[in-house]
Parts: sequence; C-alpha cells; structure tokens
Amino acid sequence: MIHSLWMNDQMLFSCSGCVSACTLVSFSTVLGCHPCFRLNMFSKGTKRKFSDGGEEISEETLVGARMASSYSLQRQSLLDMSLIKLQLCHMLVEPNLCRSVLIANTVRQIQEEMTHDGSWQVVTEAFCSAGQSPSERLVATEVLCRSREQDAEPKLFSVISYEGCREEEVVADETLCSVSVSDAVSNVCLAGSIGQCWEKSDVETDDEALEDSRLGSGEDEEIDTEDEPSREGPKTIGQVFGTFEIKNSSPGPDSALEELFSDVDTSYYDLDTMLTGMQSAPKMGPYDLLDSLAPSHGSSSIVSAPNCRSDLNELDHIMEIIVGS
Amino acid sequence: MAGVGGGNDFQWCFSQVKGAIDEDVAEADIISTVEFNYSGELLATGDKGGRVVIFQREQESKNRSLSRGEYNVYSTFQSHEPEFDYLKSLEIEEKINKIRWLPQQNAAHFLLSTNDKTIKLWKISERDKRAEGYNLKDEDGRLRDPFRITSLRVPVLMPMDLMVEASPRRIFANAHTYHINSISVNSDYQTYLSADDLRINLWHLEITDRSFNIVDIKPANMEELTEVITAAECHPHQCNVFVYSSSKGTIRLCDMRAAALCDRHSKFFEEPEDPSSRSFFSEIISSISDVKFSHSGRYMMTRDYLSVKVWDLNMENRPVETYQVHEYLRSKLCSLYENDCIFDKFECCWNGSDSAIMTGSYNNFFRMFDRNTRRDITLEASRENSKPRAMLKPRKVCTGGKRKKDEISVDSLDFNKKILHTAWHPKENVIAVAATNNLYIFQDKMN
Repeated sequence: MIHSLWMNDQMLFSCSGCVSACTLVSFSTVLGCHPCFRLNMFSKGTKRKFSDGGEEISEETLVGARMASSYSLQRQSLLDMSLIKLQLCHMLVEPNLCRSVLIANTVRQIQEEMTHDGSWQVVTEAFCSAGQSPSERLVATEVLCRSREQDAEPKLFSVISYEGCREEEVVADETLCSVSVSDAVSNVCLAGSIGQCWEKSDVETDDEALEDSRLGSGEDEEIDTEDEPSREGPKTIGQVFGTFEIKNSSPGPDSALEELFSDVDTSYYDLDTMLTGMQSAPKMGPYDLLDSLAPSHGSSSIVSAPNCRSDLNELDHIMEIIVGS
Repeated sequence: MAGVGGGNDFQWCFSQVKGAIDEDVAEADIISTVEFNYSGELLATGDKGGRVVIFQREQESKNRSLSRGEYNVYSTFQSHEPEFDYLKSLEIEEKINKIRWLPQQNAAHFLLSTNDKTIKLWKISERDKRAEGYNLKDEDGRLRDPFRITSLRVPVLMPMDLMVEASPRRIFANAHTYHINSISVNSDYQTYLSADDLRINLWHLEITDRSFNIVDIKPANMEELTEVITAAECHPHQCNVFVYSSSKGTIRLCDMRAAALCDRHSKFFEEPEDPSSRSFFSEIISSISDVKFSHSGRYMMTRDYLSVKVWDLNMENRPVETYQVHEYLRSKLCSLYENDCIFDKFECCWNGSDSAIMTGSYNNFFRMFDRNTRRDITLEASRENSKPRAMLKPRKVCTGGKRKKDEISVDSLDFNKKILHTAWHPKENVIAVAATNNLYIFQDKMN
C-alpha cells in the first residue's frame, strides 16, 4: 500500500510493493504480454517451490504471478488513493468539480477492470473486515456494495454528491453506519442501502431493509434488538437531530393530536420517524410529525429507558390509522 | 544558436521581472492570469488576492541600445473581494480566473475580469488635467460665500500628475452555479461568453441582469456526470462560432445560428486514443486545460497534460500538429496523481503571426515550438538569468542514462514551480511569463 498520502509539496512516497507505483502505467501495458522478459533476471531453468504446496511451480508462472500480484497491488493502491481523494474533496469548502469527476472516472475504470478480473469479491471482503474508520468505509463499502448489487453500470457516484457538501447527509450516514458494527456481512448490506439515501430519488425497499436490519424484522422483534441500538440510539438521534432544524415552537393546528399523545413516550417513535422522514417522501414530513407530538420533547426525552414496547406498538398502530398509510 | 519565433538569428533575452524576491510567497500574490491587450501596449495580470495590476509600455526611447520599451505599473486595483454564499455556507474565492481586454474604442481602456462566480467590466481611464477656478468653491473644495462672489470666471483646465482610475462599469453576477473557467469577447465587440464546468452563457456587455444559456451539459441526474467543460472561446472573426473543450479531451465547435441552445455541436474534434499507451491515467491526461484559436481563425490549439495539439478547423478526426511538452513525465503519472500535479491546468498561446506557440511546464520551464521549422526550445524563468538583456540559455531535461552537464534530471524538477500562464505580445516578440508570484518579461534581441 502507498504509505504517504497526497501532500502538495511532497513528491516522494514509498510503496510496500516490490516495484514503485510510478511504473503502474508500464505494468498495465506489460501485463498483457508474456512475462518472460524477466527471465533473464533469474538463472536459467531454476524451479522454485511454493512454501505451501508440494507441486513445483515453474519460474515463469512464479514471475507471472508475482507481476500479476504487484500489478493488482498497484491497482489497489490507486483505488485507495482515489477514494481518499474523493472523500477529502468533500471536506473542502467547495470541491473542484473537474477534479472530482476525473477522479471518480478513474475509480470507475479501476472498478470495472477489477470486476472483469473477478478480484472485486476479494476486495469487498477485505474492506469489510479491515478496521477502517467509518467515514472511509462509508465510501469504500458504498462503492463496493453498489457494484455487487447491480451487475450493470455501477453507480459509484451516488455517494458523492455533486451538489456540494451536504453536511446533514454526511453526518446522518456516518452515524447510521456506525450503529451495527459487529456483523461484517450485514454491514455490507447496510452500507449499501444507506448509501442510497444520498440520492434524492426515493428507495422504498431500502427503507424497509434499513429499518429491519436495524431494529429487527417486524414490529415484535423491534424490541428485542432494542438493547443494542439503544446505546447507539441516543447518540445517533442526537446527532441526526442536531443537523436538522427542529421546530420546537407552539403546536398550532395539531394541538388535538398532541394532547392525544402527550402521555405517551415517543422516544423510539421519533427515531422511526426520522428514518422514514429522511429516506422517503413522507406524507407528513419529519418536522410535521415532530410538531404534532409533544413539543416539549427535545432530544433529551429520547434517551429514556426501553420500557415502552407496548406503548410503541399502540402508538404505531394509532399513527398508522391517523396518517392513513 | 538558432531560436524560435523568428529568423535564425533570433534569441530570447531577459527584459524585466516584476514581483517580490522573497522565498516566502504569500498565497494572495500568486499570479493567476496574464493577458496583453489588443495593441500590446498594456499587460494585465490578475492574482489570487483578487487584484489586477496593469503594466504599460514606455514609449521607445531614442537610445537604440535599449531593445524596447519597458513595462511599468500603470494601474492597480482590487477587482474582486472574497464573498460568502450564505445559502451554501461556502466561501467564494476572490482569485481572478481570467482577464480579457476589450478593443479600445476611445481614450479609456476596458477589460473583463472574472472570479469563480462574478464577471466585472472595468474601465481604466486617465486623468491628467483638472479644472481650476470654479466659481462656487475654493481650490480646496470649500464652498465660497455667495456674497463674496463679485465676478464670473470660466474654469481653466490645468495639467496635473497623471492619475489612472479604474472603475467597475458593469457587474455580471448570479448566472453561474459552478466555477467560471473562461470568458471570451466576441468579435462583434458587443457580446461575450462565460463558461463554467457545466454551462456556457452569452452576455451582452450592456446588460447585466440577463444572460442567455447557450450550452448546458448538466445531466438530469448528477450521478451520471462524467464530463465537464474545461475551456471555451469565441471565434476571432465569426461572431456566431465558438468552441468548448471537455475533460475527456474533446472539443466541440458550435454555431449559434443553428439553435438557441447549442447542445448539439456543429463539429466534434477528438483524436482516437492510442491503445498501446492506455492506462488508468489516460483520461486525466487527455483532459484539455486550454483552447485558443489562432489569430487567423483557421486553426485552434489545445493543451492537455503532456502535449499541445494544433487542429485545423476543417479536420475533426485528428490534430494536424502535436507537440510534446514534457513527455518524460509519462512514467511519473502515478506520483503526479498522488500529489495532484496531474490536475494542473496549463495554458497555451500563439504568437502574433501564428508561426509559433508557447506553453509552460514545471521547474519554471516554458516551451516554445516553431510550427514552420519544427524546432522547439525550453527556457527557464528564474532570477539567476535576470541580468538586463541577458540571453536565455536553452534548458534540457535528461530522461535517463547519463546526465550531461547543464542538463537537469527528471527527479530534480521542482513541481511547485509551475508556469501555468503565459502571454505573447500580439505584434512583437515580447512574452510575459507568470512564475508563481513573479512576472517575467522576455524580448527578442535582434542581431
């Protein structure tokens, strides 16, 4: 892997691969050719053994394999570097669109080639198990999951909003992603479906997938997994709430509704609302629903203990009737 | 030694350098654009701090030993200020992206200067006389007591020290969502175009609250965006024709008579890719950073990362001439990608007769190509060669093997010293080269 990141005033970098990354270009052209040009570097006719196998691998294959693996190492480094650049792009005040587009096209190219090679699967697993920071994994897994789910034209770019930095979305995704950390496999799917919430266009099916994987499938199981998300829940919601403008003002025309629910602990319902509000075009927006609930409920009320399972079910049911969904 | 740009006896010599000598360069002082006016009498530079400095050439002195008149500061003004877009919470840089002069029609000079979002029309006028002997006020401006005025006099114009004033006459704002990369004055001298990453607008110089959108390549779904506009220019003679280049290495020529929205090009210029040199960086290095029509209007020149290409407007499938600027960088593309140098946007320019072209490189090198003799030369803009009328020594980059004396190896090149902006006097062999915060002016020395 490449050790030093881009620094404008630093030209040199080191690479752990056996050849410098500068020659990536030459490798890509050479790889198509027979690798025997390197034979003259070794003594003639020597056969070597791999440490794991009893079979003797011929020198040519060894050289070829070494070249192929260093090529894929270089390619991987390039992919990593590009992804990092794209993410850093987002952290800038206003990203340079031309540069972003060029880097994204490069990523797409690498990814297409890797898909052809069949090395994409390997990379996916590597990404999921590696201990990367949530934000890095966000882009990476999004990129990977996307192409896995859709064999066709992978829409790498849904993750990178060209509309400029959307801070609310960034925070929301990170926090949502960070919820289920344990399960590597579900991580992949989770990230994949979360990534889609970057898009304005709605993803109904993914809403459900998201909710299901987060809160368990079905309403009954919702509560079983409460313990896990509840720890993350408050922080999650707090952060998410923090990025939205919450109208804590007077109830207005929904005062009747609010009276109805004033004694109900709506903490978990708020989370539900938040998710649905964010990812689909709701009949009542998240703000509307928040307004209609007790206005005194700030983020602090969300932190209450998970003892409202029956209330939540009832509330759910009632809300469904009212909203008419 | 034979040079480039003129006859065999041609030599480039140092003339002047403007700017601070300090090693510590303030970001705001970095020159971001250089442009001669139509007569070559004025030379304008814009910098990252939003300032415009205009130099004026002295009248040729009677002393023959001096090669030509020198350029001295004529006017300095703050063209653009940093702004804040409250809606997006983004700062809009005050860096001057481009300056374009208007042809002179009266005593005053006009130029267009632009940052990422706003274009301004500036009037630069001289004042060398002032009126004296007003009836109603004193020389120091105080109002005179009406009862003390016993006679009438006609104010007289008296000479004063020359004062050059720059005033903004028009401000063309709020028409670009993305960053403006080019402006170009049309040959009708009434309209001009401005191009950002995804759109090109046509303006009338008198009208600031409206512009026509003539090109829009924004996809309905931004996820599908794979190509952006990198440069645009109006044809020098045909006021209905303009070209724009893209990040994929293509150029489209459009005719405004065909439709109001010129999304369908009239001509499409693209050189087929060489499959043997394909790499992951192919697209990035093919991205065109500058496009310039020749003065004749018959050709256009494009600059991509490693080369300059001259195209005949009548031939779309390949350029008629290709010049390698710094081919030795091809093996270094990965490092240049890492340190972002691969995204540097170099400009290029023609000489007055279209016989030579010039473009910049790294290590403060710049390159000139003579289209007739096919000779090329690499020169360096540095303080070391800055003795008056000192001849510039050609430089050479050693690509491998033994490095000869006076050659510089590729690994010793300073990639922070890049020459992105150069300009050639429209009539004479005088060139202006911007090296970070310094402006070098070189002239020919006739033997």
